[in-house]
Amino acid sequence: MSENVLFALEAAANGLTVGIMYSLVALGFVLIFKASGIFNFAQGVLALFAALTLVGFQTGQVPFAHLINAIFGTNIHDFGFTMPAALAILLTVLVMILIAILVERLVLKHLVNQEPIILFMATIGLAYFLEGLGDIMWGAEVKRLDVGIPQGMSPWVDEVTYNLFGYGFYLDELSLWALGIAAVLVTALVVFSQYTKQGRALRAVADDHQAALSVGISLRFIWVLTWSIAGIVALVAGIMWGSKSGVQFSLSLIALKALPVLILGGFTSIPGAIVGGLLIGVGEKLFDFLMQPVIGGATENWFAYMLALVFLLFRPQGLFGERIIERV
Amino acid sequence: MLYREAGDFKTSYASDNQTFPIRFDRTAYWVVIAVAFLLVPMVLTDYWANSIVIPFLIYVIAALGLNILIGYTGLLSLGTAAFMAVGAYSTFKLTTAFPEMPIYIVFVLSGLVTAAVGVLFGLPSLKIKGFYLAVATLAAQFFLIWLFTRYGWFFNYSSTGQISMPERTMFGVTITGASASSTAVYFTCLIFTVAMAWLARNMTRGTLGRTWMAIRDMDIAAEIIGVNPLIAKLSSFAVSSFFVGVAGALTFAVYLGAVEAGEAFGINKSFLVLFMVIIGGLGSILGSFLGAAFLVVLPVLLKLLLVDGLGWPSDLARHLEIMIIGALIIIVLIAEPHGMAALWRTMKEKLRLWPFPH
Repeated sequence: MSENVLFALEAAANGLTVGIMYSLVALGFVLIFKASGIFNFAQGVLALFAALTLVGFQTGQVPFAHLINAIFGTNIHDFGFTMPAALAILLTVLVMILIAILVERLVLKHLVNQEPIILFMATIGLAYFLEGLGDIMWGAEVKRLDVGIPQGMSPWVDEVTYNLFGYGFYLDELSLWALGIAAVLVTALVVFSQYTKQGRALRAVADDHQAALSVGISLRFIWVLTWSIAGIVALVAGIMWGSKSGVQFSLSLIALKALPVLILGGFTSIPGAIVGGLLIGVGEKLFDFLMQPVIGGATENWFAYMLALVFLLFRPQGLFGERIIERV
Repeated sequence: MLYREAGDFKTSYASDNQTFPIRFDRTAYWVVIAVAFLLVPMVLTDYWANSIVIPFLIYVIAALGLNILIGYTGLLSLGTAAFMAVGAYSTFKLTTAFPEMPIYIVFVLSGLVTAAVGVLFGLPSLKIKGFYLAVATLAAQFFLIWLFTRYGWFFNYSSTGQISMPERTMFGVTITGASASSTAVYFTCLIFTVAMAWLARNMTRGTLGRTWMAIRDMDIAAEIIGVNPLIAKLSSFAVSSFFVGVAGALTFAVYLGAVEAGEAFGINKSFLVLFMVIIGGLGSILGSFLGAAFLVVLPVLLKLLLVDGLGWPSDLARHLEIMIIGALIIIVLIAEPHGMAALWRTMKEKLRLWPFPH
């Protein structure tokens, strides 16, 4: 096989890593969209916030240390202990659930029956709020996140591809883990929504709000539930992205990348989110690799959106989405 | 009485249809215009001009443009900053290619170029709407900024990748470049803002504005009563982009003087203008003014209070500002989805009756 094809294949394989991240963020979007019809712009910031909180717990930072120091003139930074990763993750999950409850109590409850566009804008506001809150609570500098997932080149992939093609691919071990974790997550979600009582209620609400209400399903509880699940999915995305390139603001920008992923996969399909994410991840890496000599690099910035734009013209409901029917 | 229609007799259709039907409003309008043109230039210092007044005037134009698109036509756009960049880069290319061209013509032409680009990216709106359209405009945002930073032709192959405005005069007064006085800059922006606001107000209450609103309220029904969605949507994109393009041209030429596309016209600026429109009031000209004023003044106020007053580090103040803006958006949406302009409307109703309760 010629060298260029191999390089392209390697680029595609690396695109999978990025794609998984997009998928994880898009997954959170889809969950909330299905259950409440809300397009949650804050999903990316939720991931950032979760990762910041996790690092904060792990390293024993004092929340709002910066603010406290500025007001009282003290000089505190951390409690002086570190926490095992598992405990920190557990605590972060609790924080995400708390956020879900607060969002429902303070925001969603008051915006029932508003137009989708108003709700969308409210989540943009929420995104800004959480971003500012995360920075004030834990500080804005780039942080290292390590929960014990192996990193660096995967020797296994290197060996296998070397035997096959005579050229060892460089693939981050982290991405293999991310792939595995995403698979587990999706399986768990599918099992949850198919075989448990709450999962059935979730699907009922997704299908028809009013009918669900009339058979006695608590809409507010379901909303808290979906936002909690979305928060946990965000935490997973935050851990993956944070381990890869540090916890920093760019994490919240993948939220924007998740939009074209959704358009590709369809707004209401969980498998669609995964497949769409992978397609975009691989697509943008391949496009950049192929087109770099022709139009220059850094096309990753816009390729996904352009792809979505073209896609919209032909199949607006996405690959797996339900057909959009509009009644007057 | 102070605020009444009573006693103000209308004897022609024109006076019946005027923008400000109440005499008090008309007087207030002329007072504001007089203050803006006569009083403000006398007391304006460089600091106030650069930190509040000039950004406010420019953002008003951008917010008006976006309001036409979102508030009047119901098409969501997240690519405002990219269209501002189109305006800025057109100004730069036009004024460096034709140095003799009067600068106000350059600004208007830049607006027209932006309008053309806006129509191009508005084409998908014929088929899609809502979030889907938002993604399409995001494509404009990222693609255009990439284009402007990647291809040397746009910034005349300058080594820094920046574009910087050469000195230009309007009616014999230097208005761009380092030697322009803040009064000259203020007048340039003011004239454009007033003219654009007048244009926006009259467009939105005419046939064009009504077709936009028909499309916003229900596009299928509008089509059935004879509104052409193609013309309505694309004209909305064109007019909106024209406004935004002029705002971008002014940002670059008279306010900043030198810009780099990714820095000055990033996605955050798109959101900022969007917030101005939401907080000010969707579908309201006054709302664009109120929203722009609020979001321009708020950071300056917070900085004065927290950094200069309490001695906090400036990054902390910035984070708090982001938090406050986010919270405000949610509060505004919950309390008054139609923004500050709706508060003013309620107040007007109350004023009409005041001081009698009924």
